[in-house]
Amino acid sequence: MDLLFKIFVEPFALMVSAPDLLAQTLWEGLVGGVLYALIALGFVLIFKASGVFNFAQGIMVVFAALTLVGLHEKGVPAVLALLLTIAVMFVLAVAVERVVLKPLVNQPDIILFMATFGLTYFLVGLGELIFGGEPKVMITRELFLPQGATDLQLFGGVVRIQHIDVAAAVVASLMIAALAVFFSKTRIGRALRAVADSHKAALSVGISLDQIWIIVWFTAGIVALVTGIMWGARSDVSFALQIIALKALPVLILGGFTSIPGAIVGGLIIGVGEKIGEFYWGPLIGGGIETWLAYVIALLFLLYRPQGLFGEKIIERI
Amino acid sequence: MAFRKLCLGALTAALAGAASLPLPAIAQETIYVPLFTYRTGPFAGSGIPVANGKHDYLMMLNERDGGIGGVKLVIEECETGYDTKKGVECYEAVKSKGPVMINPWSTGITLQLIPKAGVDKIPILSMAYGLSAAADGNVFPWVFYPPATYWDGASVFLKHVAATEGGFDKLKGKTIGLIHLDAPYGKEPIPFLETQAKEHGFNLKLYPVAAQDMQNQSSIWLNIRRDRPDWLYIQGWGAMNPTAVKEAARTGFPMDRLVGVWFAGGEDDARAGGAGAKGYKSLNWHAVGADFPALQDIIKHVVDKGKSQTPKDKVGENYYNRGVYNAMLIAEGIRNAQKITGKKVVNGEDVRRGLESLNIDEARLKELGLAGFAAPVKVTCSDHSGHHAIYIQQWDGTKWVRASDWIEPMRDKVRPMLEAAAKDYAEKNTGWPKRTEPCDKSS
Repeated sequence: MDLLFKIFVEPFALMVSAPDLLAQTLWEGLVGGVLYALIALGFVLIFKASGVFNFAQGIMVVFAALTLVGLHEKGVPAVLALLLTIAVMFVLAVAVERVVLKPLVNQPDIILFMATFGLTYFLVGLGELIFGGEPKVMITRELFLPQGATDLQLFGGVVRIQHIDVAAAVVASLMIAALAVFFSKTRIGRALRAVADSHKAALSVGISLDQIWIIVWFTAGIVALVTGIMWGARSDVSFALQIIALKALPVLILGGFTSIPGAIVGGLIIGVGEKIGEFYWGPLIGGGIETWLAYVIALLFLLYRPQGLFGEKIIERI
Repeated sequence: MAFRKLCLGALTAALAGAASLPLPAIAQETIYVPLFTYRTGPFAGSGIPVANGKHDYLMMLNERDGGIGGVKLVIEECETGYDTKKGVECYEAVKSKGPVMINPWSTGITLQLIPKAGVDKIPILSMAYGLSAAADGNVFPWVFYPPATYWDGASVFLKHVAATEGGFDKLKGKTIGLIHLDAPYGKEPIPFLETQAKEHGFNLKLYPVAAQDMQNQSSIWLNIRRDRPDWLYIQGWGAMNPTAVKEAARTGFPMDRLVGVWFAGGEDDARAGGAGAKGYKSLNWHAVGADFPALQDIIKHVVDKGKSQTPKDKVGENYYNRGVYNAMLIAEGIRNAQKITGKKVVNGEDVRRGLESLNIDEARLKELGLAGFAAPVKVTCSDHSGHHAIYIQQWDGTKWVRASDWIEPMRDKVRPMLEAAAKDYAEKNTGWPKRTEPCDKSS
């Protein structure tokens, strides 16, 4: 009886009695969700273009952030370091296309997936060789990202809004909106969808696979850079950031692997869901439930929509 | 065919000739010291300075003194990535090379190697980490845990809390939180804190942080905001520490009530919090800074000669000095083994005896060029830790400064618990051998 009370009554009573805490939890969840959506977006872009789950997306986040901070440490002004990092991500996109993807055209997806494993370990080694393994501090101030916090007096309590979190939400939203427009309204976007449907068919109508892949990997590189800046600002820039990419998996399961809106909605549901779950129900079993709660949420959705919320329904004739 | 036979004959002759040649004298006149390190992966931020400190001190002994007792050390690192599985692989890889001891530098790896140590006759030096119960030398003759256990650390934290609050009786009704890595290392202080919570009537709250959420702690800090703990103790490692300090600063948690164990006290851990981290405290048992003759010798013989991976300005940082302290224990264990056995080239069994009778007093620290670097340390046959005193250091915004005198751990509380835990370990691990190793006098 006591357990039932703790599950079904106490959390809701706390929500009502301390609405400021509920508002804070929702805000943290939304911010977390936007950041998860950013990570997931990198996966979605590449999956849409090549049907490959890019295992290297996590290390791309680290590599981009380390390049930015590393260049700044060498004395390069922050804005120039940002531009140079974008250039490095472009070179990386071209190199991936030439060395990894091009030789594997029309190979089974699993081969391309394994190739991204190889790319991951290569980038880990290259990153450690160039930048070392020590953590670095993100140059938030130099990039004109806001610092500090505002305490809002709400519901008889305080809701603390970190300015960097607001910036993260704004930047991520703008980026997601721009990408959505770019890929749905432009020629390149249509070409990308054609490539995603069939490499051979796309080639037959004159779409250049090389160009599309470079554009998509470059875009995923930019997304990785923004992700690295925002996550790095919350902690530090180190190879530990790579693990954060695992958070994208439940988001992708939930939102679908091919949908940009899916990444956003999935990210927000997972972000808010895990924060609410951890905060109100976590203490019942000793805390630390958000690690697996995200997967439980995703699995619950999968029971009703196996293709995810916005994923393409695949019907195959037997 | 004839050519093939000729080649085969020549090869056979060459191999036979090579086998009959005596091995170079140098191969036998060395002492092999493997170092398990992690310069890569999510925990590299903490692992690199420690690895550098250990390597550089031992290298300095080779360069300055020609090794220990005239025998050069062969120093070999094995990269574990702080991954228990890889650590066990490292152990299997170095085992056949005759290591005089193993430094796992991970509680998870230590736990896996404890049952192997006695079988393979290779002592384990888990310096201020590992299984707290292993400090009982009567049950764990092959494991060494100087200068203090995690339970000692937790007890010193509680003494500091009590001293600040006005006595242990003032802890009743207070809430003390433990934010810890959700791994064997992070969970180590829990049994001791739970016992103390019952004894002194404080409310203990646990905040586990999964490895994949080390940099994603906002939920944890929401819980902390809800529970409003009066004090928080951090048992974190790697990226977890700077994130926790940063989150504490972001959420306005009073920094002078946030205390990290000695492995949550790196410069990078505090630096990440920016100005908001000022006031953060952590435990320590050795000095920070490079103003010691031994560290100056490291700079002169190793760093300046390009034989180190350490930038010169990082020599003397907290985790670097932690590595130096660890290497000093390694070296003194070997030196003591040479003294006890009269042998120059010692093996694992000899070094076990050397570690077990370790007694580094003020005079010896001065000889080592480490006067004032740390307090004397003594290990005995039954006490493999020594439960030595610890002090509190505080972040002043740019560096660690000493913020307390030496604080003795609650030995009277820790020791009985630890002995009971050791007994329990031996009973649960069927066939755990009774100690047969004789005891040497302290030297």
